[in-house]
Parts: sequence; C-alpha cells; structure tokens
Amino acid sequence: MRFTKDHEWVELDGDIATVGITAYAADQLGDVVFVETPDLGKSLKSGDAMAVVESVKAASDVYAPLSGEVVEANGALGDAPETVNDQPEGLGWFAKIKIADRAEFDALMDRPAYEAFLGSL
Amino acid sequence: MSEEILKITPLNAAHLAAGARMVPFAGYSMPVQYKDGVLKEHLWTRAHAGLFDVSHMGQARLRGEAPLIAFQQVTPGDFKGLKLGKQRYSVLLNATGGIIDDLMAARPDDDGLFVVVNGACKDNDFKVMGEVLAGQVEIERLENRALLALQGPEACVVLAAHIPQAASMVFMDSAALEGFGTDVLLSRSGYTGEDGYEISIPAHEAERVWNLLLNDERVRPIGLGARDSLRLEAGLPLYGHDVDESVSPIEADLAFAVSPKRRQAADFPGAGRILAELAGDATRRRVGLRVLEGAPAREGAEIADADGRVIGVVTSGGFAPSLSAPIAMGFVPPAFASPGTQLRVIVRGKPQLAEVTAMPFVPHRYVRKL
Repeated sequence: MRFTKDHEWVELDGDIATVGITAYAADQLGDVVFVETPDLGKSLKSGDAMAVVESVKAASDVYAPLSGEVVEANGALGDAPETVNDQPEGLGWFAKIKIADRAEFDALMDRPAYEAFLGSL
Repeated sequence: MSEEILKITPLNAAHLAAGARMVPFAGYSMPVQYKDGVLKEHLWTRAHAGLFDVSHMGQARLRGEAPLIAFQQVTPGDFKGLKLGKQRYSVLLNATGGIIDDLMAARPDDDGLFVVVNGACKDNDFKVMGEVLAGQVEIERLENRALLALQGPEACVVLAAHIPQAASMVFMDSAALEGFGTDVLLSRSGYTGEDGYEISIPAHEAERVWNLLLNDERVRPIGLGARDSLRLEAGLPLYGHDVDESVSPIEADLAFAVSPKRRQAADFPGAGRILAELAGDATRRRVGLRVLEGAPAREGAEIADADGRVIGVVTSGGFAPSLSAPIAMGFVPPAFASPGTQLRVIVRGKPQLAEVTAMPFVPHRYVRKL
C-alpha cells in the first residue's frame, strides 16, 4: 500500500489501483454521512478531485493519487457511508482506477514514510 | 487571512483537557467537537443532556430611567410589557428594518434588562445600542461572566439537583438566584430545540461549575459542530449565515418577533418596510428544505425551480443526524415558500430534488407549562 500527503491510500493489483482515504483522514473528518464516488469511465489526472466525502459539518474533496480511468466505484458507500470510518483502509475504498503509469505509484510514500509524515504534522 | 490573535473563554483549559478540537469562531478559540465527534454529540444532546460553552456571546446589563421602553427604539418587541422573571427573543434593527443581530433580553431581577447577543456581533451591537439609546440607558458589558448552555431532555433533572428552582421555571423564564455557591442568572431556554437552560456565572467559577455538571453521567460536553446541526434541525437561523443586515424579520420568517402592539404603533426602526412586507410585499422568505436525493446542500448552493431557473440560495445546510437525511435553509420568493413545493438544489453542478418543509425539522421540546 502506498500513500499521498493528502491522505489517500493506493493498493495496486496489476494495473488496477484501489483508492481510499487513510485511517488518519477518516478520523480527522469525523463521522462520514455521504460519499460521492466518481463516474465509471472518468479519466483522471493525478491530483484531480475524484470524489467527495462529507461529514456532518463539511464536504471534503478526495484527490486522485494516480492518473488513469475509473473502472469501478464502491457503490456500497451510498447506503453505508460509515464504512469509511469503520474500515477506511479496507471495505471503505472509493474507486478502482486503471492506471496509465506505474512510475506514479512507485513515487508515492510507503507506510513507514507516511507514518513519518503523519508524525511531522 | 492575517494571523488573528484569538481570545479564549474561561473554559479553555477544560476544553483542551477534554480532548476538544479547537477552531477560530467569532474571534475566539472554541471547541468544534470533543472526542465523541459531531454525530454522537448531537444525538447525545437529543437523548440526554449536552453542556455547551457559549461564553463568547455578549452579555450586558442595560440600566436607566426606563430601559424597557428605551429598548423598544432598537427592537420590534413588546419590552414595555416584559414581566419580571421573563425573557424574550428579539432582533436589533437598523433604520431600514434589517437585522443587525438577534438576541435574548430578560428581566431576571429588577436591575434593568439583561441582554445576550451573538459573539461575532457583540462589539457592534453594544456600540449601536449605546449610540441610539445615548442618555437613556447605561450599558454595562458583563465581560467577567461565563455562559453555559445545558440542553436536552435530562437537562432539567440534572440542573435541579444543584438548583431546585430550575424545575419550577418554564420556557423563557429568567431568574437571578444563588446556585453552585455563586450568583447565577438563569433562563430556561437555548438554541437546540430541546428543553434546557442558559446559565450565566462569574468567569472565575466557570470551570468549577462546568466540571460539577460534567460529573453527572447524563451530561457530556458538546462542541460548536453539534450546536450548529442541532439548531439547523430546530429551524433556528444562524446570524451571519441565514440572517444579515439586509434581511428583515419578515423575510427571515421571524414575524413572531414583531409584536402586535408594535405593529399597531409602527414605532420601530424600518417599520415602513416591515409592515409592508407583513402585508404581502416581501420578495423573499427563509424556508426549510428537505433534500430528497444526493449530497447535503450547504451554504451557497443555488436553489432552482422545477424548470431549472435559479430562484434562491441555501444559507445553511448539512446532514441532520436526528433524521439521517440532509436538510437546509435558504431564501426563495414567497410564491415558492409553501411547504410541499418541489424545488432543486444545485450541488457541485448537479440539480437534486428538494422540497420546502415546515420548520422545525425536528419538533421543539420546550417546557411551556409545568
């Protein structure tokens, strides 16, 4: 699993990247009450706003950690947005992206680097 | 924005010790939530009792020859008829009938009028009152007092253990009394839609009283996040968001604050406009909206009619924890203000179905008689 400074995580299986927000991000947001996942087929550039996650008090963008095309969105979050809090780095994933450039994945932080980054906040 | 030096309330240390997340609000560092988070804090208040620090709000005494009569020059309320031991909600009006702030004014005792205004507006409010009422009232700002709100269905039984008299008060009663071993200005009121109390105490006693109340297992500390979602469900406007100086009490759906006697006398600021609006001349009205699909519509989202024409704007909105659904308030022309009217809210460019809904969204549970 790799991580961004915007607190997204990515797990890569072949050329399909599963993307979500980290446990740290979920905790900072508080109780998630609504998730807007990206449309299938949407073409994303790394850093594009990809999804929206809403707590009681605010809406926050989730950014695409990698460039590629959305091939699956987590529809289960529509009825159960709280999954993002319960299992942020598992069942609470947002979307699967068919990536264009493996080098973008390799450039992301690994877990020790992300944990060091969190420690610096 | 430039670095602002934030003021702190007398309960700052208590908030930090309780694990609060602090944010800037009205020039103060205030707790937006504690460890439980907004959702649980909201539901706790509706089921038990929530304790809020609202010490950022402005408290003052207005004294003079006839402070009640004088206060009518800046408000549309019947303060001449305000009985001892009673509190009234009102609005501070500018010359064109726009709302400078909303406020509570009470007679807990015979010592003039006790006024509580919003924290973000307080300096200007007391300046305006001082100017308009110069020579008629003396304003003493009570900066050495803290203000707590205890809200929820268990607030009465919790507070009565410390102040038995609290149980014999009804909604909008006000009293000056001895409690918690100090002097208390107490009212049975609040801004959550629940039964509850607002408790003014000397600042140096605030932390002790706060901790005493929190020792009761029915009481938890509640931050500004849940205060906002609670007042939204209760249909209560938030100054600076739903109401500003351009908005009249009629547009804001606060016509109840314009007393019948004052309407007849037409002797309050902006009476011409306000009476014309009461007679049907208003061009916009604050309404409640149930968002029937999609994401919560938040402040700034446009409101459109069934044909997609933009007719208004959301002034506050979010997710209602007690309803598990998104709700909002906004302004629309009177022709679209009837409950049941189908409208659209535009969220991130997408129109979503919404319906005008009578407020409050969650019924008030004020104790009006014993």
